[in-house]
Amino acid sequence: MSSPTADTPATGTFVTDEALKRLKKRHAAEMRFKFYGRAAIGIAIIALVTLLVSIFGQASSAFSRYVLSYDLNIEASYVDPEGTRDPQAIERNVSGFNLMLQDQLADEFLSEDPSRNVQRELYGLFTRLAVLPIAHHTAQNMQTIGTEQVFNVALADDIDLYLKGGVTQRKSLDLSGLSRVSGSVESGVTLVLGTQEDAARLNEALTSLTRQDVEDSSAAALIQAGQTWFRMENAEGRTLQLTYLAGARTLPQADASVEALVLAQSQENRTVTDRQIAWTMILKEQGRIKSVLNTSLFTNSDSTYPELAGTAAAVVGSLLTMLVTALLAIPVGIFAAVYLEEFAPRNRLTSLIEVNINNLAAVPSIVFGLLGAAVFINFLGLPRSVPLVGGLVLGLLVLPTVIIASRAALTAVPPSIRTAALGVGASKTQSVFHHVLPLAAPGILTGSIIGMARALGETAPLLLIGMVAFVAEVPDGPMDESTVLPVLIYKWSTGAERAWEPQTAAAIIVLLVFLVLMNLIAIILRRRFERRW
Amino acid sequence: MDGNVEDFAETTTTIDRTQSGSAPIKVDCRHIDVFYDDKQAIHDISLEIEDRSVTAFIGPSGCGKSTFLRCINRMNDTIEAAKVTGEIFMDGANINDPSIDPVLLRSRVGMVFQKPNPFPKSIYDNIGYGPRIHGLASGKAEMDEIVEKSLRKAGLWEEVKDRLQAPGTSLSGGQQQRLCIARAIAVSPEVILMDEPCSALDPIATAKIEELIDELRERYCIVMVTHSMQQAARVSQKTAFFHLGKLIEYGDTEKIFTNPEHGRTQDYITGRFG
Ligand SMILES: Nc1ncnc2c1ncn2[C@@H]1O[C@H](COP(=O)(O)OP(=O)(O)OP(=O)(O)O)[C@@H](O)[C@H]1O
Ligand SMILES: [Mg+2]
Repeated sequence: MSSPTADTPATGTFVTDEALKRLKKRHAAEMRFKFYGRAAIGIAIIALVTLLVSIFGQASSAFSRYVLSYDLNIEASYVDPEGTRDPQAIERNVSGFNLMLQDQLADEFLSEDPSRNVQRELYGLFTRLAVLPIAHHTAQNMQTIGTEQVFNVALADDIDLYLKGGVTQRKSLDLSGLSRVSGSVESGVTLVLGTQEDAARLNEALTSLTRQDVEDSSAAALIQAGQTWFRMENAEGRTLQLTYLAGARTLPQADASVEALVLAQSQENRTVTDRQIAWTMILKEQGRIKSVLNTSLFTNSDSTYPELAGTAAAVVGSLLTMLVTALLAIPVGIFAAVYLEEFAPRNRLTSLIEVNINNLAAVPSIVFGLLGAAVFINFLGLPRSVPLVGGLVLGLLVLPTVIIASRAALTAVPPSIRTAALGVGASKTQSVFHHVLPLAAPGILTGSIIGMARALGETAPLLLIGMVAFVAEVPDGPMDESTVLPVLIYKWSTGAERAWEPQTAAAIIVLLVFLVLMNLIAIILRRRFERRW
Repeated sequence: MDGNVEDFAETTTTIDRTQSGSAPIKVDCRHIDVFYDDKQAIHDISLEIEDRSVTAFIGPSGCGKSTFLRCINRMNDTIEAAKVTGEIFMDGANINDPSIDPVLLRSRVGMVFQKPNPFPKSIYDNIGYGPRIHGLASGKAEMDEIVEKSLRKAGLWEEVKDRLQAPGTSLSGGQQQRLCIARAIAVSPEVILMDEPCSALDPIATAKIEELIDELRERYCIVMVTHSMQQAARVSQKTAFFHLGKLIEYGDTEKIFTNPEHGRTQDYITGRFG
């Protein structure tokens, strides 16, 4: 407070002009600070929400997948050509099952004498390995041979992506009908649309979907008339030149409904052909295509086919690695911190150690990978790509973090607790283990979990010790070859097929769920510890 | 020295000392110097503390009262910078002897601190902790008894008997301080050191503690640091006046307060400096 000068108003007034000005300034500063704080939190929240929305948006399609529920005749001549009825041989006979599926599909969808290309398109609706579960089921239930069974057959990743709205932009038009149709399915069909307006709408859709900035890229239109799908080759006013794609091999009736499916790219420029789309649409109309929960994402191991690839092996690998990391970093870190904080004499050696621990926490993780490769693999001769080595490397990586966090937690325990314990005759060790450590436990736990969370997301050092290997089986133990989630994410994200994209996002979500679970455990443990006092 | 050590261990078990008479010397401090690194905080202090009486340490802030008090239960050992020289005999045994375990010593010399510092545990565990680590109770019933007795002696029993499982930190400041006294009593010490036990308390709580100290005097040797002249005059039988790390005057409280030998003491007591 400024002392009142000669020209300030009467005594007893708390408010001088000067003080008011200062007050105003102080309020302004406060408001400003609050605003900065809110802005900072706002930015953080926006960043987080954007991240989550984009990941979940991408991943959502990976959590479900489209399957064809198909009535399959399990014919002995295909699945067990030798007639041995040996379950193992049957399960391994993937090509036999494939052939069976292909032939039955051909019976249903192809003409008597299809071209090889058309055959290949049809078989392309499925991946080769889609029959694996069928083979497995049949081997387990031998009595099903010779009967008809309904199976959910996973569609190929491109078809799946198309059904989920990917591959190409599209627009469906309900046209009002046809006025005339001539020609034949073999040599081409000429169809005249019912109204001029239909033709205009179709034309408009075609132009709006054609990308202007890319050459040789024009939108394509598929026309469904009655039970038959055609590709539109040419349009002149209401008159459309069509070629047959799929469906009933008859000319549509005069009263048949007509629909158009306009696709932004012609089939040369996309991974799914016109005919495949037509088949897919027919199957979908028949209600034989369903969306199911993509359990293979959680139960399968890695695969070169995105539609079959799962995170199971990586999840187990991550768990095993984290276990080793925790077993190394947490006890060693806590004991080191307790010793340094409570027992070590304050001298030059301890301060040197302290400085080095702090430095160690800032060492890039890849250096730890190099160290791990040199020490554990080259020198100690431990195998590559195993969770044990990964866990040891990550343990060393998070050790400084755990030590620093634990020391901070120990320092935060008021000294009066220590003197109180010593005052009633507790030894130094008793005062630490009975009073200080339990009080510091929540902080130590939080620090450890933060360290573990860092380790869980670490990729670089694990690449160096070979945990990037392709692992198709769930590891049995810490000495079994395995991979971890972040490495899997890295590998998937570099996959060429479009289908890896949602798959990658889904794996990221699995990782996030892992992290959330870890934090949840931390919170629960904290609560339990805190309630004890 | 060996005989002394044995002696020391034996007296641990003699808790009940009801017979009275001319007060014997409980703690005999001889030529105590305390250094914090290079700085000397206590200059050659010799002092005899009587059993079953209250001895008050008074003096201006920073004169070394707490430092000297901490010598008696070797709490200065826990301060890395502190170095104590000289001899302190307790019942004839030199407590600064390396063969004496400070942990055992502290179970015989309890301490109550300036700020109440209960453990963040239940009231029951606060009291029970000391007896448990010293193995004074064999079983729940015995422990219950120790807890109740200690709380009764500290005059806290009636207030907390229904909530022994409540955290010690949930008590009021005065109750917490009495809890700390009860905690000190629970390990059956012979000497209780109190460093300004009432400085954080209101007059009513202070009166309760003073009353308590007066009762405890019958069984224990009590040494307390205080900044309140009235308090020293009210509760102590002996008073020691410290100044700048030196013991200026030591004698019967009555004499110190009515007819001090040193002008400095006179000045301090009458509030002319401090
Ligand atoms: N831990 C320590 N490290 C270094 N110097 C200390 C330490 N504790 C006390 N001192 C010094 O020793 C001297 C005596 O301190 P002490 O705490 O014994 O004083 P006091 O008489 O208890 O004072 P007060 O009445 O304020 O509590 C002071 O000069 C103080 O600065
Ligand atoms: Mg003091």
